Amino acid sequence: MKKIARIALAAPLFALALAAPAQAQVEIQWWHSMTGGLNDWVVDLANGFNASQKDYKVVPTYKGQYDESMTASIAAFRAGNAPHIVQVFEVGTATMMASKGAIVPAGKVLADAGYKFDPKGYISAVVGYYTAPNGQMLSYPLNSSTTVLNYNKDAFRKAGLDPNKPPATWPELVSAAAKLKASGVTCPFTTSWQGWTQLESFSTWHNTLFASQNNGFGGNSARLQVNSPLHVRHIENLANMAKQGLFIYRGRNNLGDAPFYSGECAMATASSSTYATIKKTAKFDFGIAPLPYYPDVPGAPQNTVIGGASLWVMSGKKPAEYKGVAAFFNYLSDPEVQAKSHQRTGYLPVTMAAFQLTEKSGFYKQNPGTDTAVNQMIRKTTDKSRGVRLGNMVQIRSVVDEELEQVWSGKKGAKEALDSIVKRGNELLERFEKANK
Amino acid sequence: MASEKRVVFRSAWLPWVLVAPQAAVIGAFFFWPAAQALLQSFQQSDAFGTSTEWVGLENFQRLFADDTYVASFKTTAVFSVLVAGLGLSLSLLLAVFADRVVRGALVYRTLLIWPYAVAPAVAGVLWLFMFAPSIGIVSYALRAFGIDWNHLLNSEHAMTLIVLAAVWKQISYNFLFFLAGLQSIPRSLIEAAAIDGARPWRRFWTIQFPLLSPTTFFLFVINVVYAFFDTFAIVDAATQGGPGKDTAILVYKVYYDGFKALDLGGSAAQSVVLMGIVIALTVIQFRFVEKKVSY
Repeated sequence: MKKIARIALAAPLFALALAAPAQAQVEIQWWHSMTGGLNDWVVDLANGFNASQKDYKVVPTYKGQYDESMTASIAAFRAGNAPHIVQVFEVGTATMMASKGAIVPAGKVLADAGYKFDPKGYISAVVGYYTAPNGQMLSYPLNSSTTVLNYNKDAFRKAGLDPNKPPATWPELVSAAAKLKASGVTCPFTTSWQGWTQLESFSTWHNTLFASQNNGFGGNSARLQVNSPLHVRHIENLANMAKQGLFIYRGRNNLGDAPFYSGECAMATASSSTYATIKKTAKFDFGIAPLPYYPDVPGAPQNTVIGGASLWVMSGKKPAEYKGVAAFFNYLSDPEVQAKSHQRTGYLPVTMAAFQLTEKSGFYKQNPGTDTAVNQMIRKTTDKSRGVRLGNMVQIRSVVDEELEQVWSGKKGAKEALDSIVKRGNELLERFEKANK
Repeated sequence: MASEKRVVFRSAWLPWVLVAPQAAVIGAFFFWPAAQALLQSFQQSDAFGTSTEWVGLENFQRLFADDTYVASFKTTAVFSVLVAGLGLSLSLLLAVFADRVVRGALVYRTLLIWPYAVAPAVAGVLWLFMFAPSIGIVSYALRAFGIDWNHLLNSEHAMTLIVLAAVWKQISYNFLFFLAGLQSIPRSLIEAAAIDGARPWRRFWTIQFPLLSPTTFFLFVINVVYAFFDTFAIVDAATQGGPGKDTAILVYKVYYDGFKALDLGGSAAQSVVLMGIVIALTVIQFRFVEKKVSY
């Protein structure tokens, strides 16, 4: 008995002794919002980094969905124990940027640790989104997606459409939808993230401003401009499609993704990061195409806008810990790591080297359509199309949801709803400007 | 006899000591947060709290200048009346039936109490799945009857959905109290009425229902508070306040603005308004409705 007790006592002591060298490692806390296959990806990234060196240990923790993990980080910051790295979705960018005392720019963390950060090596539309007016990279762009058009090739064949010629323009999409409906498809076209796909990306794709001050990149005094004739025309077009049963609204956020996966909807504008799930679950032949555009609009198509999330470094940590964060970011920038991530998730590559590596490996040829998102983003951006970065964006997105739903149900006209978005959105922008002088 | 049993505290400090734990709990979990909310409702701060500015009544002014906020009072009123009304009458009906059942009574009661163990968000998702326009089994069945269910774009459908979910969730709680109330009514009273020739319906209305009035009043207050404060998770999971803002009840907006949009000042102002409404409602209930209650 005594012997057993001694062993029982010794075992944890022994474990402690073994763990002692690990204690000397600097721990880096990383809060994220990735679930399912993407969670595996995040864990693999941390494990890969931890195995590559001995000084630091990155500990990833799932903290809920994007909005929840952001709220959790802010609460933790207020309580004085924020994690080192937080993954924040793109609509939270302006909020994070405005909180000057709470974050340390990612570019500064890298430079302080002696890593060379060359913005030219990065895909400009991606890194530009997270860059301050003075050229400093504020957060590390881990997972950026963009909007694409997914379509069901089997449904196209059945409707007598060419499965290798997806609709390139909105008029083409309308006639394709009509043919799909005639062939018995109950939901010819749907969308997820309607504000992102039908207004934000739509604006940059047509080189038209979503908001003044270059969509908020020029400063906090930006105001919405989504009631222009072009915007009204597009929303009216979609409203007509809804009336004829060609566009079926399937709910806010990413609720529009599931009916495409299940085969109910034949075409859907969605995030490029749906690629991994479609590939895994779809029981039909599918294609990925660029977002449609209006061919008579000068400058269209320009480039689409990014979504996804980036990694922010929180302030108030020890210098050694920042060195660890920098080493981790440097590891993430490695072309091999980058390229693997890009091919695995459908997110954009962050660096040009990773894109070229993927191209060379023949990945795009073997998986047709996977380069759509990249091609939409690598095009040169203009001041009008660099992205949309506004304060109170979470609330603005839900104003957009509320007003567009009124259009789809026929309660409001396109112009009336867009005017209302501008009015209500501008009140939110005014308040943000006031609170973040 | 009764007066001799009354306890009298002769000590000056003992009652205070006995009350202290409860007072501490209420202070820490009600008065402290309520005071915080009141304070924050006069401030505007950025999400991280690095800069806080005193703005006086501006948060309140902005709220009432917003048409959609004013409209949500009506939505909340409709929702609470439906939830409290339907919740109370349905559970009373179930309690009366369960009270009469002799065989297998325990099974019925357990089944009826079950939903209470379900978290509000889960309840919302559960009903959402049953009524999902394209894949839900209920919406599929409704289509057979010629009803094209779509709570994503039809306001009445959306309201029906959240009311059903909220009522279903609260029925067990009401049921428990109604059943206990019914069982505390002396059998002899009902039997005497039955011998005198009163039919079940009459026995219920003239004997059981009046004797249940304290329970009903208590549950009425609880249900109104439930509809006002506890239902945001159901709305968030089922409709997210949509279509438009037609199911955005007041407490959902408090939750959304505070926890998702990080507008602490605005959210605090709304919770102060909500607190005021519930205090007013409670006063009205106790001053006017309680007079009709016989203990």
